[in-house]
Amino acid sequence: MSVAVECRDVRKSFGTGETQVMALRGVTFAAQAGEMTLLVGPSGCGKTTLISAIAGMLTPDGGHITVFGQDIHALPRGKITAFRARSVGFVFQQFNLLPALTATENASIPLRVIGLPAREANRRAAAVLDRLGLAEHRHRFPDELSGGQQQRVAIARALVHEPRLIVCDEPTASLDAASGHAAMALLRELAVRPDRAVIVVTHDERIFSFADRIAHMADGHIEAIAAQEAHAA
Amino acid sequence: MAIVALRMLFGDRAKYLGLVFGVAFATLLVTQQGGMFVGLMTRTASVIDDVREADIWVMDPQAQYIDTVRSLRDTDLARVRGVAGVAWAVPFYKASAPVKTLDGHIDNALLLGVDDATLIGLSRKILLGRPQDLHRPDAIAIDEAGYLRLWPGEPLRLGRELELNDRRAVIVAITEASPAFTANIIIHAPYTRAIDYLPQGRDTLSFVLARAAPGRNAADIARAIAARTGLQALSSADFRWKTIDYYLAKTGIPISFGLVIVLGVVVGIAIVGLTFNMFVAENVRQYGALKAMGLSDARLVGLVLLQGAVVGLMGFGIGLGLAACFFEFATQPPGALRGFSLPWWVALGDAGLTALIVLFAMFASLRRVLLLDPAIVFRA
Repeated sequence: MSVAVECRDVRKSFGTGETQVMALRGVTFAAQAGEMTLLVGPSGCGKTTLISAIAGMLTPDGGHITVFGQDIHALPRGKITAFRARSVGFVFQQFNLLPALTATENASIPLRVIGLPAREANRRAAAVLDRLGLAEHRHRFPDELSGGQQQRVAIARALVHEPRLIVCDEPTASLDAASGHAAMALLRELAVRPDRAVIVVTHDERIFSFADRIAHMADGHIEAIAAQEAHAA
Repeated sequence: MAIVALRMLFGDRAKYLGLVFGVAFATLLVTQQGGMFVGLMTRTASVIDDVREADIWVMDPQAQYIDTVRSLRDTDLARVRGVAGVAWAVPFYKASAPVKTLDGHIDNALLLGVDDATLIGLSRKILLGRPQDLHRPDAIAIDEAGYLRLWPGEPLRLGRELELNDRRAVIVAITEASPAFTANIIIHAPYTRAIDYLPQGRDTLSFVLARAAPGRNAADIARAIAARTGLQALSSADFRWKTIDYYLAKTGIPISFGLVIVLGVVVGIAIVGLTFNMFVAENVRQYGALKAMGLSDARLVGLVLLQGAVVGLMGFGIGLGLAACFFEFATQPPGALRGFSLPWWVALGDAGLTALIVLFAMFASLRRVLLLDPAIVFRA
């Protein structure tokens, strides 16, 4: 087991003067490769800010974030973008599927972003969709899919380019209990690998059982980290 | 990724159609008005353009354009002929004349008197009849559009009579003349008969048409004529532009057309800008998702520009097509717009203007995409 993501004294504030909000107050935290780590805590505690910084979408005011040994915020902006394209997979709360694209095309986007030809990208995306049980829905558009199916397409999109880090933001928030459970089971089954870390931001206590480690955040810092025996289903 | 951008664009059909409509509307307005303006300016010099045989026009020194006719003395013709380098010179008469058909239709015609002997100045394209028949008594040639204006819907027929300034005239030839700026009917008659139709006084010579001797430059010979005679002499090309310049500088025509064109551009920018901004605003999470997934700003801007280019091309194509249809169908003789056309260079200019409209319209949207925080995808 190796450290995949390491945050040291990460700080981030928004606004200035009286309106300044300290979103991260010196977060120190590590996520291990081969594990699913849940970031939990009340709204406004800084979870989303932290994963945005980990994924290279937000530059912290201070501290260091290393992802698989790379201090990502030491990289030039273009390299951070390239890093995100190759090394990070995303699962969003609202799926963020492009409505004009089919399931296969949506799942293929990360491959297209890194320059794969459309045909090859679609072929690989279709294979991942098959593994996620969406073989019959490959050519459907998002509005023709249920919420659970859309989330599975989003998971396929997060996995298709074999990233080393998968970041999920409230992946079950838009799903009913059964669909949420199924989505997490799939994520656990397909995403967690020895060379990959999965970080999930969630409020949903029903999915805590899928985690190998749970980090509790409050008021911009990590209050506690607890390891546990994950059980997928 | 191009296909992704296009699917995003086509997927929002209402906005896509709104964008295309905006560009098409602006293109139609700008192209139509641009073509009309060019056509109108061309009309002002159409009489000059139609006299292909002559390459020098000689006129009163004070003449500012072709419609300011101040007669020359008859002896001026001989003086021009005497200038070295002039191959030949002939008289040319230009006046406005009331015309009346036997069934009472009244109109106004542009009466052009051409050299009796050579008929230089007569339209080169004769649709019906023979030029030499103009030597018959009371014979005139009328242009096709003028004929159809006097006798709408009737077939072209020689031998018809009309009254020109209350004098009998018989049509012996039907010509194809370029539409004139000041009249819708163009009548050609031999010079001596033309001045008989409109007796004005001692001097009747409107212009002297001349041609430079082979190998001699028309502008040089024109300068020599001016120096030798004290008259104003210009090459056909110079006189054409002098006439057009007069209308550009001394009339409200360019301002009027220019305002409509500017309005078209402004409306185009407004419609396309607002619609595109709405399109980007509504798809901002999608752009954000693409940015989050590692699409660089440059590629994202490329996608947005591609969307704009497609909208621009589609809208320009439709607008240009509609404008072309207008010029094809609305300008058939004998309609008032006959002869107006859409020159290729006007269409090319409009293509550039359309590109500017789209770029201006997309400016705010591009800025929004560039400044977009990819972390927006994490917000509910």
